[in-house]
Amino acid sequence: MRTLLYFIIGIVFGITMFKSEAASWFRIYEMFQFNSFHMYGIIGSALVFGVLITQAIKKFKIKSFHGDTIEIADKEKGIKRYLYGGIVFGLGWALAGACPGPIFTLIGAGYAPILVVLVSATLGTFVYGRIKDKLPH
Amino acid sequence: MSSNLRTICTLCGAGKSTTFFDFDWKSQRWNLVVVFGALVGGFFGAHYLSTDTAVVLNSDVVNQLQGLGIHDAGKSYMPERFFENIVWTDWKSLSLLVVGGFMVGFGARYAGGCTSGHAISGLSNLQLPSLIAVIGFFIGGLLMNHFILPYLL
Repeated sequence: MRTLLYFIIGIVFGITMFKSEAASWFRIYEMFQFNSFHMYGIIGSALVFGVLITQAIKKFKIKSFHGDTIEIADKEKGIKRYLYGGIVFGLGWALAGACPGPIFTLIGAGYAPILVVLVSATLGTFVYGRIKDKLPH
Repeated sequence: MSSNLRTICTLCGAGKSTTFFDFDWKSQRWNLVVVFGALVGGFFGAHYLSTDTAVVLNSDVVNQLQGLGIHDAGKSYMPERFFENIVWTDWKSLSLLVVGGFMVGFGARYAGGCTSGHAISGLSNLQLPSLIAVIGFFIGGLLMNHFILPYLL
């Protein structure tokens, strides 16, 4: 039952990514050109609801669908890893035009070359795991 | 979303050689189910819920991209040069996909999250680290978009 719910949430997410065009390379390019409200509207409206719902969950101690307490862990403190990692991610995002969620959506949509991006993103994750202790965090 | 890439590494056996990948992947099974749903959602969105998938871009952006050799800007969902089968015989486009993907995967794990983890969930939880990460996303994205990509296309 839980698995089915997660699956449905994923399908809704995938349809939203495709139909909102957030999975389009062109929209990402346009976003970094500051030439359209489109992407900012998508992220911004997600954020408005996200802030309201997250803060409501914390303030009113709302329980999950299954009656469990919802605990949202704080991110570890720090600057370097977020800034440096963020910059590397941003460089890749603007080049490949896809962040991790839409990579999967585009596979489903039938754009075969995105599989190259999935494999290299997985490889990038692997290399990070190998050398993480040598990087500033 | 990006933590699924770590789980995929673990599923490929990376936990044997690297402690970062040595964790119980079953604890992340829910996330793999979500991402599989995102794939199925993409299939439905593209094949059953769309008639015309052309992305109507800002006309300045269309002109600019056409000037850079992306002739299907404003007419299709994805640039043919990178995302249609033509790419398999174009080593330059192919290598840009490889490099871009690598940085997405590496950077997301280094930063501890991607657009979903930091820009949406992290900022929703009013986390300063997520704000720093999102600022990083834009520093990197703007650098690539304005100063590097024009020379790569």
